[in-house]
Amino acid sequence: MSVITAEFVTNAAGRRVPRVVNGRAQTPYSSVDGHRPSGNKYGPPIRTNTDYPRNGDKRVPDLESALRLCGLRDGMTISSHHHLRNGDRVALTALQTAARMGARDLMWFPSASFPCHEPVIDLMKSGAVHHIEGSMNGPLGDFCSHGNMGGMGVLRSHGGRWQAVQDGEVHIDIAVVAAPTADFFGNAEGAHGKSACGSLGFALTDSVYADRVIVVTDNLVPFPCIPWQIQGNNVDYVVEVDSIGDPSKIVSGTTQITRSPDRLRISYLVAQFLRDSGIMRDGFSFQAGAGGVALAFVDYVARMMKEAGVKASFVRGGSTKYLVDMLKEGLTGYILDGQTFDLDAVRSIASDPRHVPTSPFTSYNFHGKGNFASIVDACVLGATEVDVNFNANVVTHSDGRLLHGIGGWQNCLFAGCTILAVPSFRDRIPVIVDEVTTLTGPGELIDVIVTERGIAINPKRRDLLDAAKGKGLPIRTIEEIKDEVEKICGGKPAKPRLGDRPVAVVKWVDGTVLDTVWQVLVDNPYAGKPVGAE
Amino acid sequence: MRRGEAGRAGGDVRSDVRVTVEERASGGIEIDLQSRVALYYGDDIYRQVRDVMCTLGVGHACVSIADEGALPFVIAARIEAAVRRAGIGNGQPASGDSTPLPQASSKERLRRSRLYLPGNEPKYFINAGLHAPDAVILDLEDSVHPAEKDAARLLVRNALRAVNFGAAERMVRINQLPLGLADLEEIVPQSPDLILVPKVETATQIAEVDAAIARIAQQAAVTRPIWLMPILESALGIENAFAIATASERICALTIGLEDYTADLGVVKTPTGAESLYARQRVVNAAHAAHVQAIDSVFGDVADAEGLLQWGEASRAMGFQGMGCIHPMQIEIIHRAFTPSKADLEKAVKIVAAFEEAQSKGLGVVSLGSKMIDAPVVHRAVNLVARAKRMGLIPAGEGGQS
Repeated sequence: MSVITAEFVTNAAGRRVPRVVNGRAQTPYSSVDGHRPSGNKYGPPIRTNTDYPRNGDKRVPDLESALRLCGLRDGMTISSHHHLRNGDRVALTALQTAARMGARDLMWFPSASFPCHEPVIDLMKSGAVHHIEGSMNGPLGDFCSHGNMGGMGVLRSHGGRWQAVQDGEVHIDIAVVAAPTADFFGNAEGAHGKSACGSLGFALTDSVYADRVIVVTDNLVPFPCIPWQIQGNNVDYVVEVDSIGDPSKIVSGTTQITRSPDRLRISYLVAQFLRDSGIMRDGFSFQAGAGGVALAFVDYVARMMKEAGVKASFVRGGSTKYLVDMLKEGLTGYILDGQTFDLDAVRSIASDPRHVPTSPFTSYNFHGKGNFASIVDACVLGATEVDVNFNANVVTHSDGRLLHGIGGWQNCLFAGCTILAVPSFRDRIPVIVDEVTTLTGPGELIDVIVTERGIAINPKRRDLLDAAKGKGLPIRTIEEIKDEVEKICGGKPAKPRLGDRPVAVVKWVDGTVLDTVWQVLVDNPYAGKPVGAE
Repeated sequence: MRRGEAGRAGGDVRSDVRVTVEERASGGIEIDLQSRVALYYGDDIYRQVRDVMCTLGVGHACVSIADEGALPFVIAARIEAAVRRAGIGNGQPASGDSTPLPQASSKERLRRSRLYLPGNEPKYFINAGLHAPDAVILDLEDSVHPAEKDAARLLVRNALRAVNFGAAERMVRINQLPLGLADLEEIVPQSPDLILVPKVETATQIAEVDAAIARIAQQAAVTRPIWLMPILESALGIENAFAIATASERICALTIGLEDYTADLGVVKTPTGAESLYARQRVVNAAHAAHVQAIDSVFGDVADAEGLLQWGEASRAMGFQGMGCIHPMQIEIIHRAFTPSKADLEKAVKIVAAFEEAQSKGLGVVSLGSKMIDAPVVHRAVNLVARAKRMGLIPAGEGGQS
């Protein structure tokens, strides 16, 4: 494969970014909302129903037949979704089948990758897969970080992935949609079946824009499969298999709230901030994920809402038992669900019409006629690093290695009040730093940092500073917290020494290039053990 | 060649470090560093190892460091423990930098909650003060394995110097005598606010601890008060409660350990605590007779917030002024349990005001509205208001002068 050579430009965030990524010219980041798109959306080829069975039965014997019928060729882009999380068997099988059929230089375009996808490394080594555009962590992240991938990684938010496909930046040749329930026509949904995962929203983009769409299911039901979140009219072939995934790894049984006193303190402070600054009021809305801190936050805020007699109009998830309990108790009118994390949430989305599956189009796509990320009053997110200008990093460790994908994180920054709930340091690694290793979120969109040592409000948000004043909240400047952490840890941490070769780029929500992930040097003299994140 | 090892690494260990020291005949200090924070603090760790070895008087050795993100005060304590275990060095302490001492503690200060921190688990130390307990207890006794007593002692010593525990009173639970006397040698020079003495059965034991503290404090030029809280954990200890409570001027509180006490009786510890009712009442009575605080044991079930609140409220009603916590989540609940009700407090404030008015008018009789108030009621109200001021429930200038 060609060695990546790139010309660089310094973008408006002061970051050196490549002008060309995987052969495509790029636009450097200009500002959080300054980039103006033009032209028309990408359109897939027009098909006619006369080419499809009149009886609606699109079943083919196996994935290999489906891929052959889709016209599998070298250099194609194959996409998959991550609703089956670490239990997914379909994406890897599809890539391995394509490799067995002799395809080379494929681009894998997952909405996220998980540890179960580690064998894709072998496919990259053999040349079957050229590179990945999507989140990478664990062994895949290390493979990319060390510069072993044939092309550059491209990290996009969930909304950014929709935007990239819709705007024609990424052309999907074949979408492989793992479906917990489907009919022979290709209608599919995720809330029922032995491999139920809840919403299938991430697969919606692929089903609408890909040239060819294959639905793979282990629960074929008679037509019609209702509700049809994936519509059969977009689907070319249906493949029935014994199992699309390992149910125990698709959803967790019962999600446990953290017992870590420091994390509980952070969660409590977040809830207290929302209550005492007046954001928690009747009819408000919030978003929280499924991490330990977020779960505990939901538990605390639900109790505070009950005490205050306050109800939310809707909550956004990452749905879990804790949001479901709020819905059942009438503490929220709706759950707008991006992905469904535990069994309680899967049961709820299957049975309660107020628990609504959403997609990155409705929630996050920046190039649409609005999205509801910016209607949400408050969102609670994590980060690996936050700097004194409120810029944050979620994609790499402090040492520059890829850690996890962006997910909906960037998209959520447009909420009325964006709160990052983070420990001020992990072991001896400061989280509050002078400058983040990799910029994932511009500080102007990040309003509040809640740590165990106090709450820092972005000076740009005078309104929040005023609202929080005199409420007994531990409000401090971010510099104070940073100085205290450096004192505890024994001074400023040394900067990681990274190579001068880009291995991946971080896209902003509008498709412009926000930052570069640089090669991690293998001959690092201090190569230590990986450091756990959240 | 002599060799010593201290601290932990690997598996799910965090914020600790395993240090292995091997004596060498020549060649200076050789360092083998494996650290998850090497990228950020590798050079600092190299420098620290050399400095500490120099202070400890070891010129030639191989030092292996397996570091899980330990803070500097932990690294220093583990190196010192390894050197001591190797039986080398000059015996000098390498206690490192110190943070300014907080305000000295008083005999009467609030002691509603005291948070136990296992003395050999550094990861719990650094943020303990953030949870705002009235006190932290760095424990050298039951939470430390017998083989680790020496290492824990050094770690706790360094923590007393380096860690900011906020407004919390800094307590240390030493081991039973005579091991506890060795603990005092390292701990007392660091000006702890209070020493908990476990399994006290006689006044003589307290006298022994008192004398040791006085001697070490004088040698180390420690002038701040160091208070004592004896823990009664046996039938004999309970029988001697008053004698123990009056055995030293340093005693500010008396407390009870229910696990050991029920074991001594050969009975099962129950959630209602019926089997230890007499002992607890005896402690309350002896403490009040000696004019020291009565402090209850701990509530073991961290998940049972409701049970803890009930226990705490019952405990306050019996005359206790605080209890122990084994998890930070218990602190807020305990503070709530030991906080007087709003109605009680309002009434007490009125009584104190009436008392002060009567005093100023030279009246012998205190009355509130049409009701005469007896002297003991006034006394109780004055105490309650004073306590509420310490809890910050009443601004210092209000609620009378008392």
